[in-house]
Amino acid sequence: MSLKFALVGNPNSGKTCLFNELTGSTQYVGNWPGVTVEKKEGRVKKLKEDVKIVDLPGIYSLSPYSLEEVIARDYLLDEKPDVIINIVDATNLERNLYLTTQLMEFGLPMVVALNMMDEIEAKGDRIDIQALEQTMGIAFVPTVATKGKGINELIQKALQVAKAASAGTLIKPPSPAIFTEMIEKCIEETEKILTSQIKGADFNSRWMVLKLLESDEKVIARINASEALLEAIKPYRERLEKEYDNDVESILADERYRYISQVVSRTVKRKRPSDSMTVSDKIDLIVTNRFLAIPLFFAIMYIVFKLTFGTVGTFAVEYIEVFFSETVVGQLSAWLEAAGAADWLQSLIVDGIVGGVGSVLIYIPQIIILFFFLAILEDSGYMARAAFIMDYFFRKLGLSGKSFIPMLLGFGCSVPAVMATRTLEDEKDRRLTIILTPFMSCGAKLPVYALFAAAFFVAKQSRVVFSIYLLGILVAIFSGFLLKKTVFKGESSPFVMELPPYRVPTFKNLMIHMWDRSKDFITKAGTVIFAAAVLIWFLQSFNFSFQMVEDPAGSILGVIGKAIAPIFAPLGFGDWRAAVAILSGLLAKEVVVATFGILLAVGEVAEGSMELIAALQTYFTPLKAYAFMAFTLLYMPCIAAFGAIKREMNSWKWALFAVGYQTLMAWLVAFLIFQVGSILGFS
Amino acid sequence: MQKTLNELKPGEKGIIKKILGKGLVKRKLMEMGVTSGVEVLMRKAAPLGDPIEVNIRGYELAFRRADAKKILVE
Repeated sequence: MSLKFALVGNPNSGKTCLFNELTGSTQYVGNWPGVTVEKKEGRVKKLKEDVKIVDLPGIYSLSPYSLEEVIARDYLLDEKPDVIINIVDATNLERNLYLTTQLMEFGLPMVVALNMMDEIEAKGDRIDIQALEQTMGIAFVPTVATKGKGINELIQKALQVAKAASAGTLIKPPSPAIFTEMIEKCIEETEKILTSQIKGADFNSRWMVLKLLESDEKVIARINASEALLEAIKPYRERLEKEYDNDVESILADERYRYISQVVSRTVKRKRPSDSMTVSDKIDLIVTNRFLAIPLFFAIMYIVFKLTFGTVGTFAVEYIEVFFSETVVGQLSAWLEAAGAADWLQSLIVDGIVGGVGSVLIYIPQIIILFFFLAILEDSGYMARAAFIMDYFFRKLGLSGKSFIPMLLGFGCSVPAVMATRTLEDEKDRRLTIILTPFMSCGAKLPVYALFAAAFFVAKQSRVVFSIYLLGILVAIFSGFLLKKTVFKGESSPFVMELPPYRVPTFKNLMIHMWDRSKDFITKAGTVIFAAAVLIWFLQSFNFSFQMVEDPAGSILGVIGKAIAPIFAPLGFGDWRAAVAILSGLLAKEVVVATFGILLAVGEVAEGSMELIAALQTYFTPLKAYAFMAFTLLYMPCIAAFGAIKREMNSWKWALFAVGYQTLMAWLVAFLIFQVGSILGFS
Repeated sequence: MQKTLNELKPGEKGIIKKILGKGLVKRKLMEMGVTSGVEVLMRKAAPLGDPIEVNIRGYELAFRRADAKKILVE
């Protein structure tokens, strides 16, 4: 028997952790039906039945206001999973049950995972699970996802419910009395109208009826509701609005919470009042303190950078570089020589592949370290505080503090960062955030700075790299103001956000989180960068009549580079090699380094990047190098990020506007740096 | 006495009476549990005075002063 379970729950309810516990290492990432958006799927481990679990985005409600909510509800409507597993944070029961009351209306079999029961016990609170099950008419299974407790019971319960449902023996509990008699009457009448007007459609879901009463535009469009149908429903809506002196959405939300409050007061016995000071609140007294918050924020950012790009990161990078340049290249060259490989083959493998891929691969430790720290910030709950502190600034840019999170993730990789904008409710907000996010220097650009900083700014490497990161932020702020005044006029966007309690991130989750993101880089090194290295090697080794050339200036690449080089001349780097490096950076930003590795240190990459640095110094000056770094920071992101931008913008026009704007800014900023720098006497 | 949530001082409590106006923020607030009859505790303001953090239904929620002005409490 093959089954499909959907995992739904609030953000911070431990959903991802539960998903990982359920699936082990068998998860994989696919796409959502309809929109091309990533979804996580996996098979339940250690089970004889074939059960697939789909991890839906973390949401608070099933309203149509954020893309994540729309994705979740469309999935439930289109795919009809065999069981909904609703994960609920037991320490925050009232708000979590709000989503539960909506999910119940889908009429699908459902099991609730009552998570974080260890924290309930630690607090000395009691939850009467039997009473909860009886009042709400659904199964509740206590779990502690972080410790793997209750997972078996949960999956067995879900299987039992699924089997009962397919055998037709599942007793559908009567809908709990959430709404008043008058509202129920209106629901009943509306349902009658619907079933009489549209045949064959699935209106057994109460949820759909309620959404029509709320006049949810997405649902109206979905069922293609006629004018006549909407007219027929209208009197019921008006009756409710008149009676309660409010709009239907608000009435229903009010009633749901009223019901939930009753349920919770009957089933939960709290040892201390729910608003008493917790450890988390005490930490917050310091972290969001009026005077300490902002210095602390900058200190945390600085420490993250210092550790990534300073001591730990550099040590790891050097270690790997020695391994590459001495062990790998030495062994490989000797072996190829002994095997009597042709010259071109030796050149391809040593200069092209090892030189190209290797010059990027050595930076992977730094990228992993950066992702590790970002994972800590996210999992501990600090990210939400940062958004809270920064909202005041972001509002000035016409954004909200929530945009802070995608932007911070942008320091890791623009792809997940752009995808993280899905939590923003406002379309304008999303677009502006997507345009600004690539200005946050991603991990892949780091090898470029590291190379140039080592070549030209030996004494002050980390300060120079830090200044480039700062430059990205400044350009983003400036662009925010500019675009807000021109393209994105209008009200500033809303900010309503939960501040989850601080939690010590579990080591396992940190590792999964870090690995999930880092593996993209490693796969890229094996695929895109590998292919790019081979391609660039080929283009710089052959001319247009496909003959091998001695001097790369006469190669195919040399000719293309020379054609576009004049564009970059006013920026200080009009050499064709720089032009080619910039072009190749569109494949992936790290490729810029690989290209220089191949172009400048032909035949000598084997000696490691010291040779590359020496070669660079003959083509660049410190000022030109800085302008080049700035250009690399700002110009159009790599193809993968462009793909993400196109998907999330859902429009070619906007996606092209974004990358066009970014490239223009890159040119202008590098131009200013080089020209003003020259006038001021720098070189 | 009628006043708005914005006027509560840190540590003060109130009962939500009504959220004025309509639109995205109001719906979002209601989804997050800011509905009539519920008790709310003002925790603090952000370092720059805005947004604010309240404790409601046993968790911490942050939103802006401009929106807090539309929430009537007693």
